[in-house]
Amino acid sequence: MSALIAYQGVGKVFPGVVALDGVSFSVADGEVRALMGENGAGKSTLLKILAGEHRPDSGGLLVEGRPVAFASPRDSQAAGIAIIHQELHLAPDLSVTENLLLGMMPTRFGVIDAHAARERARAILARLGEDIDPDARVRTLSIGKRQMIEIGKALARDARIIAFDEPTSSLSARETRTLMRIIDDLRRDGRAILYVSHRMEEVFEISDSVTVLRDGRHVADYPDMKALTQDQLITAMAGRTITDIYDYRARPLGDVAVAVSRLEGPGLRAPLSFEARRGEILGFFGLVGAGRSELFRLIYGAVPSTGGDVLIHGEPLVSADPRRAIAAGLALCPEDRKDEGIVPLAAVAENIALARRNLLGRPLIDERDEGTQAADLIQLMRVKTASPATAIATLSGGNQQKAIIARWLAADSRILLMDEPTRGIDVGARSEIYAHMYRLAEEGRTILFASSDMPEVMGVADRIIVMREGRVAGIVPRADATPDRLLRLALPDASTGQS
Amino acid sequence: MSASPPLLRRLGALGPLLMLLVLFALLGALVPDFLGLRNMRGLVLSVTLVGTIATTMMLVLALREVDLSVGSITALSGVLTAVVIARTGSVAAGILAGLAAGAAAGFLNGWVVARLKVNSLIVTLATMEIVRGLAFLVSGGQAVSIPAERFYALGSGTLFGINYPIWLMLLTFIGFGFLLKRTSFGRNVLAIGGNPEAARLAGVPVDRVRIAVFVLQGLVTALAGIVLAARITSGQPNTSQGLELAVISACVLGGVSLSGGVATMIGVVIGVFIMGAAQNALNLLDVPTFYQYVVRGGILLAAVIFDRLRQTGGLSLPTLLTRFTQKDRLAS
Repeated sequence: MSALIAYQGVGKVFPGVVALDGVSFSVADGEVRALMGENGAGKSTLLKILAGEHRPDSGGLLVEGRPVAFASPRDSQAAGIAIIHQELHLAPDLSVTENLLLGMMPTRFGVIDAHAARERARAILARLGEDIDPDARVRTLSIGKRQMIEIGKALARDARIIAFDEPTSSLSARETRTLMRIIDDLRRDGRAILYVSHRMEEVFEISDSVTVLRDGRHVADYPDMKALTQDQLITAMAGRTITDIYDYRARPLGDVAVAVSRLEGPGLRAPLSFEARRGEILGFFGLVGAGRSELFRLIYGAVPSTGGDVLIHGEPLVSADPRRAIAAGLALCPEDRKDEGIVPLAAVAENIALARRNLLGRPLIDERDEGTQAADLIQLMRVKTASPATAIATLSGGNQQKAIIARWLAADSRILLMDEPTRGIDVGARSEIYAHMYRLAEEGRTILFASSDMPEVMGVADRIIVMREGRVAGIVPRADATPDRLLRLALPDASTGQS
Repeated sequence: MSASPPLLRRLGALGPLLMLLVLFALLGALVPDFLGLRNMRGLVLSVTLVGTIATTMMLVLALREVDLSVGSITALSGVLTAVVIARTGSVAAGILAGLAAGAAAGFLNGWVVARLKVNSLIVTLATMEIVRGLAFLVSGGQAVSIPAERFYALGSGTLFGINYPIWLMLLTFIGFGFLLKRTSFGRNVLAIGGNPEAARLAGVPVDRVRIAVFVLQGLVTALAGIVLAARITSGQPNTSQGLELAVISACVLGGVSLSGGVATMIGVVIGVFIMGAAQNALNLLDVPTFYQYVVRGGILLAAVIFDRLRQTGGLSLPTLLTRFTQKDRLAS
């Protein structure tokens, strides 16, 4: 066995964040190596560098011992690399054959040779052991079959290095079995496989070795899965010393402000209930896809629920309409600030005034009133902007977030739903946001905040609800929260025992 | 995204106004009689139809929508007014019927766009055909003469020496300029056009605003159509074909963004006059109608390319300057 692909001291910095810091590991031919770590550990960045979408700031890649520098995804493909993404990149209205051989259809005299193409597609499908009609439109196939087509594309290009990014997240149990078998075949075929997944069971079943990342650093390498237990692996993923940028302040809690009772809707797999008190900061932790954003959108009425109740200070919230939620004192700071939070070309002051203006329902605009309020809030939240009239899109992420919080303070919202409030925000601005959260809670407001960042949840929340696959996996008081416990609750397989 | 000097930025915003001044100077020098008082009066009167409808088209475009049915609504409202006046003898009933037809067509557009989430380009393309068909059906395919002399005053009467159609246009300029900048409704239009989902989550009644804007567009268009019928003393079912293009061109020339969220009334006024001046000059120069189509289409094409470049920051003076200086820096 020789290393087909090697990362050598790869580093990558994004504005305000060190995504990767000197990561080195290699995958040999005939090896399946799992890449494990929490959200934000750096797995995606590693794959994007492999795919030629990002260039490393330091260090580099070796393919079959030779250094390579990919300027584009095309270079990466030419080097024999294929990435099977979580979201599939297929053309839904083309046939299976056309998708498999996209950009490399066999031709005769410059005309596509449909017969030869179909035969090649059949051969690939046979290798996958899949009974799929080569002429079927991809749109008509199940997600699992589409995933197979994506793998088939890698085979058609004869990729020697294949990376899977959470491939089973949308597969059924049977489809997962098929995938495991195919990966095993690819291994025997002498290809190098990089396998990214949160699912312990699969990782232990299919991988030969595992590399663990944490906060962009390479923290552990286990060359032999057989000598490793799930507990050891979880400890390696979670174990950390939490640096205190959180500066937690305890505060007294009041009566119940929000009671969610047996709430059902898209993204939730079981009816969900919890309560939060005045002055409480309630954290929602979970892996990507655990249903936290979906829960917030259901509470807020941005998406209609299919059952259950949301009680605000004892009053039920009727009808799915953000306007009612706002009138009842709710506020949403969405995870996707750019697409759901800001009106990019409008001024900072305009973005701040928007909610209050519609809440009060006054037909005419009181320029002076709005102007002084915006100026006060910009000062209070310490939004760094050239002037209140500056377009909000020109501000940094942290300052945009502060302006969105200011929008809800203007509307005097009592219950704030903050979805990933510090995503994409640098450390300095983050501690400012935390300080604002404490202050708002001390004023008797209730804050529900979702985060994939475990230290953040542990550092800021009074109580933590851990979600897993659309359900509540556990409610953990601050005093009992350990990284190990939270991760165990959040991971799909780990908590259900060694299976 | 570098900060450019405010003076340069302000110059960039003055683009449409500069364009208008240059155009007027150029036409004044090249086209005989262009700057004469008589011709100027004619020019202003000639832009009233486009100018009046452009005020509400501005709102529609600012919402990130479009309305192609305005030409047909102009025709239907004029024809319906003529028919009702001819049948009942009541001018008031005729005007009410015309306005109601415009509002109804606008409501249909708005309701389908807002509630059924269908692309407004397609919805209004369909209603453009439907409403035009109704105009022919109501009139029996013929021009309908209006047997009420006092109705003509709406088109030819004056107040302080200025024709009523011009007054109407001025009123819509002022009214919708105020609506856009000084009312919650206008700001909500800009917020929805700028980011519909963010606006919805911030509590803006998105559907209601969308429907209201299309209804306003229908009403104002109907009013312009009725005044047009008064000017030509009859209801013409085939009038104003292609009007939607002139109106949209005027808005885009005036800096209204086709991707929504950006609009100013003063810009639209300038856009209206750029269009009007070009048309007027072509007439003075006796350019045959066939060429005029080509020129009008060319202006629209230029306007949308201009809009695109402005969005990508490729055309404003500041960006050009920063690009230039950056290249300089790279070279050194």
